[in-house]
This record gives sequence, structure tokens and C-alpha cells, in this order.
Amino acid sequence: MIKSNLIISIAHFLRGIGHRMISRVWRLGAGTRLFLLTIMYSGESFRRFHLTLREIYFTGVMSLLIIIVSAFFVGMVLALQGYNTLQKYGSSEAIGVLVALSLVRELGPVVTALLFAGRAGTAITAEIGLMKTTEQLSAMEMMAVNPIARVVAPRFWAGVISMPILAALFSMVGVLGGYLVAVPLIGVDSGAFWSQMQANVDVRADIVNGVIKSVVFAVACTMIALFEGFDAPPTAEGVSHATTRTVVISSLTVLGLDFVLTSFMMVV
Amino acid sequence: MTSNIVEIDNLSFGYKGRLLHKGINMAFPRGKVVAIMGGSGSGKTTLLRLIGGQIKPAQGKVRVDGKVVHEQDRDGIYQLRRKMGMLFQHGALFTDLSTFDNVAFPMRELTDLPESMIRDLVLMKLNAVGLRGAHMLMPTELSGGMARRVALARAIALDPCIVMYDEPFAGLDPISMGVICGLIRSLNDALGATSIIVSHDVKETFIIADYVYFVADGVVAAEGTPHDLMQSTLPFVHQFVHGEKDGPVPFHYPAGNYQSELLNQQL
Repeated sequence: MIKSNLIISIAHFLRGIGHRMISRVWRLGAGTRLFLLTIMYSGESFRRFHLTLREIYFTGVMSLLIIIVSAFFVGMVLALQGYNTLQKYGSSEAIGVLVALSLVRELGPVVTALLFAGRAGTAITAEIGLMKTTEQLSAMEMMAVNPIARVVAPRFWAGVISMPILAALFSMVGVLGGYLVAVPLIGVDSGAFWSQMQANVDVRADIVNGVIKSVVFAVACTMIALFEGFDAPPTAEGVSHATTRTVVISSLTVLGLDFVLTSFMMVV
Repeated sequence: MTSNIVEIDNLSFGYKGRLLHKGINMAFPRGKVVAIMGGSGSGKTTLLRLIGGQIKPAQGKVRVDGKVVHEQDRDGIYQLRRKMGMLFQHGALFTDLSTFDNVAFPMRELTDLPESMIRDLVLMKLNAVGLRGAHMLMPTELSGGMARRVALARAIALDPCIVMYDEPFAGLDPISMGVICGLIRSLNDALGATSIIVSHDVKETFIIADYVYFVADGVVAAEGTPHDLMQSTLPFVHQFVHGEKDGPVPFHYPAGNYQSELLNQQL
């Protein structure tokens, strides 16, 4: 009796793993299909650019405050921590380079993507999930209007356009925050701060790579947010779970992709 | 041109192993108001989704204007849907658009009409449902009945041949119900369209419908004019039309023995 119960429990456990694996693979396939359809039906997002522009306002412009404030503090903390370490080696003038490289190469794209996922990504998921729950997407379908072309594609391109700009702003404001801590507060020489930065930050190796990262993160975060909204069960609980999943999956994807991209960029 | 604009032929459809429709046959003649009635969960709304091509049947055919819906590709289905208008149960108005923009939505998306003409057409549609004065309001500022009327104006925005109504009377006060009821009939006659109403509100549906189908247990349990069905002696129809508690439709969902469940304290 105990033996058979144990076998049943193991079978149940294995079945659960199998079910989860199949579900993950199915979601990956459905997400890829949505991505391809979004690209296929993107023409309207550019022909009627006001649709995309409206979404750029909601995803990009409305995220400005959180991006700027966060960047300012991140830059200030970087300068404080960097100075603390650099002065031990007598190279506190390199603080400008440290702040700029950290922001342009890593923190700018990564933190922007994480903040974007939390602020704009959740909004996209909740909006599309609620549109599905209240049958707005079905209504669109019944009017012979393709929801992927009308709802998904403009939001996708708005995210892809907004995030690199937000990441660039993040880096700029971060450098400014670092400057305010390093120069007026700590007393590092202003000329050394800027000249070291100018001499050591490379356009191709640092800035372009940072932009590439932010574009890749933008595609990933926006697509995850859109898919989760589109795939959300049409209930309050379903939308709430989808919103949570957007933040969790986007954050993990951004951090994972960052490692992969950095590895490639180091090699190439 | 056949006399029926929509025909459902030996249709079967199911979800998750449960067969919802088992060989249903229906015909919807042009220019008529036809109602599909039945209890909750009998698959009435699913029939509308099958007609609209949002889902595919397991067996059988749905023809709209002579074309089999589920045999069409995406463009074909969209062409058929341009002939249809649908009023959703809760209106399904776009919450980020005003009343005016909601009605203008299908015109802007599907036609190349100039904005001045769209303006006039929207005001005409809103006037037809009595809400021209509410054109600037957002959906959140509308009552349930008003939202349903705006959705109706949107459904008829492009003068469709078929207008489908999903529970148009559900959750409305008696005045709004009477208004919607009158509008469905008058708009149907004015547009020369065919109306398909899915409802379980017997009184209002029987006032405006030309023909009624009763769906129960996945089949058409009864059909006829409202007058015929009022006189029907079929137990299901009698129970439904007169709202009786006892009859072929059980009050209780199938369950185990009540006493033993209470005594064993197990579910």
C-alpha cells in the first residue's frame, strides 16, 4: 500500500514537471509567433505614425521622471563608491571614466530596461489584458480590424524607439549625478573628470555597444509585456498574474541577455 | 442570392472534451429578427462566435452570405466581418476613446471617408440611438444602458447586413431595456438588415423577434414564432417561457448524495 502510494506520488511529480515543461515550450512558441506577426503587421505603425507616437508618449515620455531620478541617484552612488576605491590607489581623477563606462556599458541599458519593465511593461500588460477581459480585442476582431496591427505593433515600436533614448538619457543624467558628487562635493578636479572621460570612452566599443544592448532589451521587454497581456486569462486574477510575470520574466531576461551580449562584445 | 443570409448546417462544437453543440441546424432569413434562446451555458454566445469566425466548428458548416466561414482565410473572414456588426454583452467600448471616437472607429479603420463625412455619419448614428448630446463623454461616464446604445451605434456604423446582439438586455433597468428593445427592431427595419439576438430575456425578445430557436443540451430543442412558442406544450419550452423552477431543466448542478456529503464532511 505504502509502496503503491509512493509510486503514484512520483508519477504525479513527474507528470507535473512534464506539464510545466510543455507549457513553457508552448508559451515560447506562442510568444515567437506573436513577435513574427507583429513584425509582419508593422506597416500600419509607420503609415499611421500617430498611433505609435501616442504610445511613445505613454511608454517613453511618462517613464522620463522615474528614469531621470533613478539615473541621478545611481550616478551619485557610483561616484561615491568609485571614489572610495580609486583613492586607495591614488587614481581618484579616473572617477569620471569609471562613472561614464559603468553607465554607458552596463547600468544605463540594464537599469533602464528593469525600470521600463516595471513602469511601462506592467502598464502595457495590464492595458492589453483588460482590453481582452472587457472584450475590446474581440470587438476589434469582429470589426475586421486586426488587433495585432492596431494594438500590438504600435506599442512594440514605441517601446523599441523609446528605450534606447531613455537609456541614453539615463547615462547622461547619471554622469551629471556623478559629476555633482565627485567635483563640487568631494573636490575632484573638474578638468580631470571630463578629460579622462573624453579620452577613455570609445564610441564604437562603449557607446554603440550600449545602444545595441538597449535595443535588444527593448525588443525583449516590450514583447514580453505584450505577449503576457495578449495571453492573460480574461479574469482579474489572470491579468494580475500576467502583470507579475511581465516584471519577473523581463528582469530575468534582461540580466541573462546582458551576460550573453557582454560576452559576445568582449570577444568581437 | 439565397433567402437566408446565415445558415448553420449540422454544426458540432466542443471545449475541453465537452460537446457544447451536437448537430445544430438553423437558418436566418434576410431582413428578419431571429432570436437564439436558452439557459446560461447552453452555447448561445458561442454560436455568435462561430458565425463571426472567431472559432471553428468541430463538424458541420456555418455559411454567411453563401460562404462557409471557417473555410475562409484571414482576409476572407475579414471581408465577411465587414458585413457584420456585433453588440457585445457589456458593450466592449474602447475605454481610451470618447463616445464619438468609438462610433467613428470602424469608419476610420475600414474606410477612406474624409473626416467631415465621418463626423456627420457619427452624429447621425448617435442621433439614431438618442445619444448625439453625449458624443464627448468617455465610456466611464456612461450608464450601462447608454454604453449599450453607444455600442449599438458603433455596431451599425458601417450599415452591416447582419447585426448580432449578445445578451442586449442583460443588467438593464426597465426603461433602458425598452429603449434597446425598440431600437433593435427599428434599426433592423430601417437598415434592412438581419438581426440575430442571443438572449434569455423572454418578454423583450418575444416582442421583437420574428422567429426563435431554443437551444438546450447542445441541440435545437424547439423553434417557431414567439406566438407558437408561447402556446407550446413542450416541457422545456413551457418551463423556460414561464420561468418555472421545476421542469426538465434541473435547479441543482449534478452532485453526489447530499446527506452522505454532509455526514462525511468531505467534498
